[in-house]
Amino acid sequence: MATATAPAKAKPTPAPAARSGRSPSRWLSDHFVLIVGIGVLLYTFVPIAYIIALSFNQPAGRSATAQFDSFTWNNWSTVCEPAGLCESLKLSFGISITATILATLLGTLMAFALVRHSFRGRSTSNLIIFLPMATPEVVMGSSLLAMFVAFGFDGLLGFVTIVIAHIMFTLSFVVVTVKARLTGMDSRLEQAAMDLYANEWQTFRLVTLPLAMPGIIAAAMLAFSLSFDDFIVTNFTSGQSVTFPLFVYGSKLKGFPPQLFVVGTLMFLVSFVLVVAVELWRRRRPNI
Amino acid sequence: MTDVVTPTPTPVVDGETSKRRGWGWLLLVPGMLWLAAFFMFPTVQLFFTSLYDPAGSYIEGYAMTWHFANYLDAVTDTWNLFARSFMYAGITTVVCLILGYPLAYAIAFKAGKWKNVMLVLVIAPFFTSFLLRTLSWRAILADEGPVTSFLQTIAILPDDGRLLATPIAVIAGLIYNFLPFMTLPLYASLDKVDYRLIEAAGDLYSSPFTGFRKVTFPLSLPGVVSGTLLTFIPACGDYINAELLGTPREYMVGNRIQAAFLTEHNYPLAASLSIILMLIVLVMVIVYVRRAGTEELV
Repeated sequence: MATATAPAKAKPTPAPAARSGRSPSRWLSDHFVLIVGIGVLLYTFVPIAYIIALSFNQPAGRSATAQFDSFTWNNWSTVCEPAGLCESLKLSFGISITATILATLLGTLMAFALVRHSFRGRSTSNLIIFLPMATPEVVMGSSLLAMFVAFGFDGLLGFVTIVIAHIMFTLSFVVVTVKARLTGMDSRLEQAAMDLYANEWQTFRLVTLPLAMPGIIAAAMLAFSLSFDDFIVTNFTSGQSVTFPLFVYGSKLKGFPPQLFVVGTLMFLVSFVLVVAVELWRRRRPNI
Repeated sequence: MTDVVTPTPTPVVDGETSKRRGWGWLLLVPGMLWLAAFFMFPTVQLFFTSLYDPAGSYIEGYAMTWHFANYLDAVTDTWNLFARSFMYAGITTVVCLILGYPLAYAIAFKAGKWKNVMLVLVIAPFFTSFLLRTLSWRAILADEGPVTSFLQTIAILPDDGRLLATPIAVIAGLIYNFLPFMTLPLYASLDKVDYRLIEAAGDLYSSPFTGFRKVTFPLSLPGVVSGTLLTFIPACGDYINAELLGTPREYMVGNRIQAAFLTEHNYPLAASLSIILMLIVLVMVIVYVRRAGTEELV
């Protein structure tokens, strides 16, 4: 996941035209992989199609389940009707935005230290950053809960403890993503800036930071989506607070309101548009 | 996470010398303190919690008796949950590799100008909440749902057979949810492979299969290693798929840890289960990374 930003530079793409003269079996085997790939891609969209369809479903019972009973726009106009649904979304946004900003800041600093500076204990630092990614979430969540309880924080469980936990487990992903970008960067550009009498701060602000930005943005998006969607760690550290994933989970007992699928559809659409916008913005900039 | 960063072909004035000595390492301090306070310290403390006397309770507190028997109890009680977790996670990882490899390969080499579009499409479904996607699978695999009906019609499944609440459903859910964690590192790794090497193998009369086995696959190994780790590790600890798509018969060790912590408040038991899970995963990761020959982590 963290490596999604690595392919920053264009590489010579195989010219498909050159292959048109080859044997039909080769042509078939070439396209076979593409067809399988597209097949896998289609499979990943099946549940999304279901979520979109179920957002227009008028369930016969009180819980939205397997069957599509009858079409309605109702769920879309009554998104906030199930008690607590919109409050949980608001809380989730607050937590994820706070955690994303802080984790991106801390993680970017760490990535700069690791890539740009030499010091003793680098491999130990790398190991410590790797460990949270190699630890199952249920272990991180339970250890944090045990600590909060041992320190008598059980009454304070909520926004702050969730944010603390989210920064902790998104931090490593931020470091890895930003590091990938920094390692791929050509440091001669900064040397050139220095040669042209830019001071260190100017070099950083006008050359280094803009070059690192795609990596930082990718890291922030990754941190946000990990945080917003997290259930396991949040479940341990939330106390009485209910984030959106916790709300969905909690509906298991009461029955799932169909409005959940409206929120799911919206999440898909909004993030899809956002990603496309970022991609277009990236394309307008000269490829470095 | 093996380093899947582009090994820059840029003739940088040598990586090491361009690094500055001095106080730059201070940038590392805030983040490291965070990890020390909220990851390492709690983990160490969890270890101590696992040695408390189980006779205590959440309300009255526990006595520290270095009660190593907690581990014995945990293992004898739940070894089958551990076995099931690792089996499910293993199957999930293998199937994700089989599904994710052609997809990553197609994006890296066959998509042409559609490359970025396909990449966005890989990630897009996973922007919708994990729980909602799992609920969606619950609907798809339900008894009256399309997949079950179809399999019953073509008599692969008996008329009273079901998919939901079986291991198949739980594993299918795990596969679906962790697929992008496999696809993206694979793609990042394949994208850096020089396609001319693959063509060269063909020019030298290797069959496509031999070419794949001897050229493409070895070159993509860093992606295979990070992809399998990023799939296997979270799959081991997951309990949502087992809970929403399975029954207690399919429960994994995560379900037990969660129940012990949040429902029974049996902290020593929960802590020893967590520590065992963490250690097994860590040992597996180390052995695996060593054998795969990619030394540099992160």
